[in-house]
Amino acid sequence: MTDRPSRAWAFGDNIDTDVLAPGRLMKLSPEELARHCLEAVNPEFAQSVRPGDIVVAGRNFGLGSSREQAAVSLRILGVKAVLAKSFARIFFRNAINLGLPAIVFDETDAVSDGDEVELDRRRQRLLNRSRNASFELPPQAPAIAQILDAGGLVPLLERRLKREA
Amino acid sequence: MPKPRMIDPAPVSLAEKIIARAAGAARVSPGDIVTVKVDLAMAHDSSGPRRWRPKLEALGVGLWDPSRVVIVSDHYVPAVDEASAAILKDVRAFVRDYGVGHFFDMRGISHIVMPEHGLLRPGMLVAGGDSHSPNGGAFGCFIAGFGATDMAAIAATGETWLSVPATRRIEWSGMFAQGVSAKDIMLFLAREIGTENHNLVLEYAGPTVKAMSMDERMTLCNMAAELGADTAIIEPDATTLDHITAHGGTADASMLSHWRSDPGTDYEAVFKYDASALEPQVAAPHYPGNAAPASEYSATPIDQAYIGACVGAKHEDLEMAAAVLKGRKVRDGVRLLISPATTRTTERATTSGLLATLTAAGAILLPSGCGACAGMGHGLLADGETCISTTNRNFKGRMGHKGASVYLASPYTVAASAVAGEIVDPREYL
Ligand code: SF4
Repeated sequence: MTDRPSRAWAFGDNIDTDVLAPGRLMKLSPEELARHCLEAVNPEFAQSVRPGDIVVAGRNFGLGSSREQAAVSLRILGVKAVLAKSFARIFFRNAINLGLPAIVFDETDAVSDGDEVELDRRRQRLLNRSRNASFELPPQAPAIAQILDAGGLVPLLERRLKREA
Repeated sequence: MPKPRMIDPAPVSLAEKIIARAAGAARVSPGDIVTVKVDLAMAHDSSGPRRWRPKLEALGVGLWDPSRVVIVSDHYVPAVDEASAAILKDVRAFVRDYGVGHFFDMRGISHIVMPEHGLLRPGMLVAGGDSHSPNGGAFGCFIAGFGATDMAAIAATGETWLSVPATRRIEWSGMFAQGVSAKDIMLFLAREIGTENHNLVLEYAGPTVKAMSMDERMTLCNMAAELGADTAIIEPDATTLDHITAHGGTADASMLSHWRSDPGTDYEAVFKYDASALEPQVAAPHYPGNAAPASEYSATPIDQAYIGACVGAKHEDLEMAAAVLKGRKVRDGVRLLISPATTRTTERATTSGLLATLTAAGAILLPSGCGACAGMGHGLLADGETCISTTNRNFKGRMGHKGASVYLASPYTVAASAVAGEIVDPREYL
């Protein structure tokens, strides 16, 4: 399913969890914390991002703390997916568990900040309308696709526990 | 207690052996996705109860096994405002309501508190609700960090999925020069092999590691988080077993023959380094991989020196600081803050007289906990300030204002810099 084209927000390598969810603000409610997401590298982002937009980044996205708020903040802001050359392990798991697709994509340099893109996760396609270029995304492991399809780990578990009961 | 079992005779690494045991499989290979049963689950006041309760309630279940759950309050302690007080109150209520088996309230930082109570043993598979959980790999267990939803699911079911990491062996030989320690190894490695060692377990080995105390081994494993590895591990030996039994845990020599990498293990790679050639290292803002010999940053003026965190304020870390500070004074205009990793660390340092050496030099003692390392407690930085710190990461805005600069170094280097008022190579002070 492809809905309206998304705006791509582009970031560099090593976007860490303190930039995504600053430790000193962790007592704030998730909604308030989300307003500070990525502000140290792009003060515009949290103000202007719209539901359905996509984050693209370089290598090692989400390195640092285990704090899930890094992924929660992106969810709250309505980010549809994060595409990066590589992800830090815990961020990757956190995103998937929350139903936020984290997609390893080598060619994020082919997407610039502000580009209009269309993402079709299930068909593993990314279309960059601004550059008229289309890309194939790598397949997701079945264990991961299963969590994303359920909308996250808790809904998946809910179903499993119900089945067992 | 994990029991050794018969496994396939083809050589496997220690990490694979533990994962296979926890997965109930004869063997596992790197890249396999497996479901494992965890032996112990830990979370702290920030990542645990306040995130778990709503999820457990939504699922309508309790803890899978309260006796295998460890909760530590360390991030928001002691409460500095109403919000942190409320978080801690909720933690205590959760522990009561769910019958949590092990609760350490304001006793220090989780990663150090667990082994202090003999809770980590070779062969265990442990899930930790914190990114520095690899710290515990020093005890020969497979222990990795997980986020809150993962941990809540583990708390509910006792299970999780793992993508089996490959094992990379990192061998160190040679003796440290005076003033060089495990922290310098890790800063060096952050530069040398980078911070993207994804899908790997780092297995530290070699004569230098064999000769290390458990405090120093923990430092090596702790910062596997900075290197981007899944976790780190060290094969257990007599030092490991002695530490466990001295801290109330159970361990016996039979663990040594089983919980090790088989001879002939096909490692992802084997890297070898010479510890005797290593100089004290400093990592410049805002990235642990910005490491270089301390001399390259010498004469950088500092406002604050911080000796704290799971990686940098254990008993031996305080000893290193004291070796420098004995008979010296912290430079006027510089503040040296020390937050011992646990309350037992403080107790021990009081008895041994270590604390008196530190405070006589002008150090200011802070409560045990994550404190400024997490950007939550005392000792935060203002815009434009510079701090040299024994903590493990120096991301922008982590220890206070995003306009502050944090340099990472060993306790030797931090203490010497506090005396000099600027970053220095500590070897001139020993
Ligand atoms: S001391 Fe710092 S690195 Fe260690 S657990 Fe606490 S916040 Fe994390």
